[in-house]
Amino acid sequence: MRKPDLELIQLTKRYGDTVAVDAIDLKIEAGSYCCLLGPSGCGKTSTLRMIAGHETVSGGDVVFGPANITDLPPAKRGTAMMFQSYALFPHLSCIDNVAFSLKMKGVDRAARRARAAEMLDLVAMAPYGERLPAQLSGGQQQRVALARALITEPQIVLLDEPLSALDPFLRTRMRVELKALQRRLGIIFVHVTHSQDEAMALADLAVIMKDGRIEQAGSPRELFNAPRTAFVAKFIGGHNVLQGPAGAFAVRADRLRLGRAAASPSAGPGLAAVVRSVEYQGTFVQLTLDGGAGSEITATLDEPTFDATPFQPGDPVAVSWSEADVHRLASAA
Amino acid sequence: MGLVFALFFVLPLALVVVVSFWDYNDYEILPSFTFRSYTETFEGCYDQLPGLCTIFKTYVTTAELCFAVWAITLVIGFTISYFLAFHVRSLTMQIVLALLCTIPFWTSNVIRMISWIPLLGRNGLVNQALTHAGVVDAPLEWLLYSRFSVILAFVHLFTFFMVIPIFNSMVRIDRRLIEAAYDAGASGWQTLWNVVVPLCKPGIVIGSIFVVTIVMGDFVTVGVMGGQQIASAGKIIETRLNALQFPPAAANAVILLAATLLIITALTKVVDIRKEL
Repeated sequence: MRKPDLELIQLTKRYGDTVAVDAIDLKIEAGSYCCLLGPSGCGKTSTLRMIAGHETVSGGDVVFGPANITDLPPAKRGTAMMFQSYALFPHLSCIDNVAFSLKMKGVDRAARRARAAEMLDLVAMAPYGERLPAQLSGGQQQRVALARALITEPQIVLLDEPLSALDPFLRTRMRVELKALQRRLGIIFVHVTHSQDEAMALADLAVIMKDGRIEQAGSPRELFNAPRTAFVAKFIGGHNVLQGPAGAFAVRADRLRLGRAAASPSAGPGLAAVVRSVEYQGTFVQLTLDGGAGSEITATLDEPTFDATPFQPGDPVAVSWSEADVHRLASAA
Repeated sequence: MGLVFALFFVLPLALVVVVSFWDYNDYEILPSFTFRSYTETFEGCYDQLPGLCTIFKTYVTTAELCFAVWAITLVIGFTISYFLAFHVRSLTMQIVLALLCTIPFWTSNVIRMISWIPLLGRNGLVNQALTHAGVVDAPLEWLLYSRFSVILAFVHLFTFFMVIPIFNSMVRIDRRLIEAAYDAGASGWQTLWNVVVPLCKPGIVIGSIFVVTIVMGDFVTVGVMGGQQIASAGKIIETRLNALQFPPAAANAVILLAATLLIITALTKVVDIRKEL
């Protein structure tokens, strides 16, 4: 039997006169990893909290498979939330934290602790069962929080900025673990983040939000290769948003070709710019160019290409690209 | 700092302990080292067992009063704190309401206590209202100069000492913990009992220490509201002092101190309050 999909229909959240989430429609397929991505205040967290049942819905519906779960309490939705900075109960040991929801259901002590131990084992935290949260590192706390969310056997796990409290190294590692766990369990993960790297790495479905609306939703590849608006192109990074006669368009930074200004103009469209800075980034070299009138252009070149014509800051440069790499953007910026 | 502590705390306390071992007669106290004050205080206690001698009875009464006041102030204090911390959303409103609680402290304890008398007396407002309404035939005697009035006055005077430490613990509780409990399917009462109360323990203990120490040592409230009819540990000391029998007064003070310290030690065993300070 096919597992149910999660659907948001005209979902709206108003706080007084301000609209935090403005009638969004979204379908998250069963077993997929969805990232809600956007700058702070874009409505991504409100959306997540409405799915979780921690925020009342001002309008619209949350539908999970055949059931409308809009007005159900969190524990009846088949969802489990992992909170930002984990919200582990500081007075309970790890194993009691994980067993908490079973205790609320009235499961007896031995049974719930046995089940909690299994969940801790799943996240490789079995040896730490008797410790208090304060005695754990950030990454360990996160695993315990994950085990606590998973013990109710949810069909949807909601994660509110789960990686933001970790240092960069741990963040990358936990990212891999999260994805592996989601694959293994085959359930929906909805993950709120403001980091496009995280969304790129994790998401089957990345949803970019702005001002309470969905700017674009699709696989990370779709978003990156075909950003629909200037906002998406800028937010997801690696793109230059340029103005052409037919309106704004985006070109990926790694698709720009740079030539000496004096050299014969290459095929295809282009413009003249001045190199402002050159940064060596290891696998590539990043150049920031002044395109005139305050416009800033970023170009990334691989090392051999850069070495062929090593630009210095202040050098005039001819920027060009091929027509195939141009993505027209919707006029609303 | 250390000097102030030595001058105003260690020195008087040491003097009390020293004097409690002095001898005395009808008109003077005599420096010496005797257990007379202690043996007299506990005189006949062993012979009367399993019956209780005066001093034990008095301590039982004091402990009962103390327990009743503690339990009532705890429930009321916890409820007020809960309201302030979780139902009053804005910080400004929290501050305003907390300050409102301090308004009674603008008048002295004694005045606040005495103002109960016209209310609770035989011909007081409460009794008049009850008789006029036909609820009772004769005025209720137990309203004033009774354990009821003593406990009422204590609760009135000292609930605030419970509110502040509990409120302080409560506002520090991360709101996400409450949501996490809700997410795990906990009902309101389950959240209260499994999350809020355990996290308020330090505040509860600190508030309890305030209330217990004050009630254990009090003699004014017990005297005024009890119509000088109720014996308490504090009253023993007062009586002895009025008779100018300083060594027995000091001995009783030392006994009271020991009893109070016992209770506090027991309380601190429940929770480590140093974490909170």
